[in-house]
Parts: sequence; structure tokens; C-alpha cells
Amino acid sequence: MEEVVWTTVRLAAVTTILLIVLATPLAWWLARKPSWWKEIIAAIASLPIVLPPTVIGFYLLIALAPSSPLMSLLHPFGVRTLAFTFTGLVIGSMVYSLPFAVQPLRNAFEAIGERPLEAAATLRASPLDAFFSVAVPQARRGFLAAAILVFAHTVGEFGVVLMIGGGIPGKTEVLSIRIYQLVEALRFDEAHRLAAGLLIFAFLVLLSLLLIERGAARRAP
Amino acid sequence: MTAQPGLRARLRGRMGAFELDAALDMPANGITALVGPSGSGKTTLLRCIAGLQRLKGEVALNGQTWQDGRQFIPAHQRPVGFVFQDAGLLTHLTVEGNLLYARKRADRSAPMIGWDEVIALLGLEPLLARSTANLSGGERQRAALGRALLSQPRLLLLDEPLSSLDRTAKAEIMPYLERLHRTLAMPVLYVSHDPAEVARLADRVLSMKEGRIVEGPPEGLAAEARLAGMSAEERDALALAALKAGLSSRS
Repeated sequence: MEEVVWTTVRLAAVTTILLIVLATPLAWWLARKPSWWKEIIAAIASLPIVLPPTVIGFYLLIALAPSSPLMSLLHPFGVRTLAFTFTGLVIGSMVYSLPFAVQPLRNAFEAIGERPLEAAATLRASPLDAFFSVAVPQARRGFLAAAILVFAHTVGEFGVVLMIGGGIPGKTEVLSIRIYQLVEALRFDEAHRLAAGLLIFAFLVLLSLLLIERGAARRAP
Repeated sequence: MTAQPGLRARLRGRMGAFELDAALDMPANGITALVGPSGSGKTTLLRCIAGLQRLKGEVALNGQTWQDGRQFIPAHQRPVGFVFQDAGLLTHLTVEGNLLYARKRADRSAPMIGWDEVIALLGLEPLLARSTANLSGGERQRAALGRALLSQPRLLLLDEPLSSLDRTAKAEIMPYLERLHRTLAMPVLYVSHDPAEVARLADRVLSMKEGRIVEGPPEGLAAEARLAGMSAEERDALALAALKAGLSSRS
């Protein structure tokens, strides 16, 4: 039981941290001087929202299987496959939640506008300096929203983790899968407890997001 | 190019409805006012000099090239202080945070103006702890001006710093600008379309028309500026005289 919670939290935390690091440069690039061809990249990054999780899971399974070209690159390093591993789950979760990181970050970066960055440039801040000293602090609500969304979305995912994780206890079994298995086994009491826990968690996540947004609206000039 | 002191800019390029083709020369100190109708390219010219925008041409300060056919020094490497029309304060920092942001990144090899000096000159002491959201328009511009000075600029560019202020706020900030004018030993390019401001602050006036620089104040502005420099009584007397002259010529 604790094992499942621990795997779920660990997966969500690792996914959140890695995905924020990865999505930040992408969101920044998309937010600066938008052009139509950037929207192609933005659309690709948003695909996981509309694709059925089983489709994502299927392609990831193929990509992470021992025979895939991607994995053959890793064979010299002693990695044969990432399917049905925790690392594979992290990769799958990152793909699955990518739009939930990119979108709030992109919006937050766009909301900053050009002026603060121009002001920073006239104060001798290099573009990298200005990014960390102006853009990141001014987009802090975007970072918070992205982190909360990715964490919650990862806790709530089912199809992708089922396909590429396989639900191996202690390794790749997460809460949503455990609930499914408990229901299959007609162990409704335990399923109830876990389901109620996730329900409260989801409510708290949405409440905190709304509070962040309201706070942002109040502070805006 | 000879190492002539002051600012030299030759900039050409398409901007909106017309071509910007500006030749600007400014001495090494004093305030040069740049006047002209809105949309005549004043702000674009300032932005190009600061390196925030790029048009073809040359920009050099005191013989040091910032831009020519071969090179373009980016904005953050130009020793320029820029005060935007909307101040452009960093909203995630306090007033003091904004000033420190500039001081931290300034070239301190040859500091020309000190922290205490700036604070005193612009009366910033009571504002330091304030958030930028709770400042009046005039206070905002004073903070922005202080911040620009603390970046130790060799050229100060002011883009209509007072245009968003009402009459009272203007009257409040004017003395600070005049004090600045007496203290500063660096060239200042000041965009404005208020003749009163120009008359009180500027040593020289250049005007811009459809992307070109025309020497001297535009027609009408000289007279307006003279008016603006007068006291209310003088203006009333002049108006009365004009009215009388008009009346007598009719009869």
C-alpha cells in the first residue's frame, strides 16, 4: 500500500522536476517573437492532450522496446530496454504531461511582454541574465501552475502507465492502476479508500490553481 | 571616422509608413531635445541608438563604434541609460530592488555617479521600500531615472518620460530634471512634444519629421517655447496685446 503511494509520488515528483527543466526553454522559445511555424512545434507539443493515452503508450512501448532504434543506441551502455521500468514510466509521463508544462509557462512568459526585458538589457543584463533575473521571477506563477498541473496529471494518468509500466508492484505500479486491480478483484473497500484519497487530492489541486490565478488577477495592474 | 566627442548616428530603414533616414550629431554634454509629431520616428531613433532595435547605419559615442556595416554591439553592452515612456520598472522588485539591479550590473571601473548622490538628487529615499505598483506616475519616472543613472551610462536617452504624467506630476518632477541638468556631465537625448518642457530643459532642439532630422525647432515651436518660458502675467499681457492689435486692425 505505502509502496504504491511512494512509487506514485516519486514518479510525479521526478516527472515534474525534469519536465519543468525541459519545457522551460521550449516555452520561452515559443513565447518570444511568435511566428506561424513555431505554432507547428506548439501543436506537436500539445498533441498529448488530444491523443488517447493508449496511442501514446503504444508508440512509447515500441520506442522503448529492446528492438527499437532508440534503445539500440543505449545498448553499448548496458541498457537493453526501458519498457516496464521506472525510467520508462518517467519518460512516458513526461511525454504525456508535456503540454501541461509548456502551456502555462508559455502564457506566463508571453504575459511579461517585451518591456521588462528591454529595460534589463539597457541595465547591462545579458539575455541569459535577464532570463533568470527578470523572466523567471515574473513568470513564477506560471512555474507554480505548471508544476502543480504536471504533478497532478502524472498522479492521475492511467493508460500510458498501464501500457509501458505494466503495473509491476514496487516498481511501476501506481495508485490509479492499483485501484483498477482492486476493483477487478472486487475489493471495493480498499478501492473506495484510494479513490476517495485521489478525489480529495484532485480537488485540492484545482483549488490551489484557482487561488493562484485569482492572486495573479489581483496583482495585475 | 575621427574620434569626435559626442554622439553620432546615421540610421536608415523602413519603419511603418515611411523611411527613417536620420543623421544625428550631438555634443558630449548638455540636453538635446528631440521634438516632432508622434509617429515621426523619434522613439525608433532612440531605440536604435540604444541597440533595442536594429536598422542599417552607424552609431558611435565619443568615437567608439556601437554599430556600423560590420558590427552591432547588443543593447546590454552599450553604456546607455534609457528611460521609457512607461518607466519600465521591474515589477517583481521594489524601488530599491530596481536601483540595485542597475548598480549590480554597472561598469564600476569609472563610476561617475554614486548611490547616495542619485538618491539625494531625485529624492528617492522615501520610495526605496515601496513596491513599484504603489507609485504615482511621477515617482515611477524618478525611480526609472535613478535606475538609469546608477547603470553608469555615458549617454542618457529619455523617451517622453513625462508624457504620461498630468500637470501636477510634471510640475513635481521638473525641478529634479533641472537639477539633473545642472549636475550631469553626459549627453542627454530627450524626446518630448511638450514645448514647455523643451524650453525649460533643453540646450539644443532638433526636430524630426517623417523619419528625418531637421535642425532647430520646428516652425511654431520656437514661439511656443518662448511663451512657455514666460510667467503667467507676461503671457496674459502678450495675449491682451495681441487681442488689442487684432481688434484695432478690424475697426
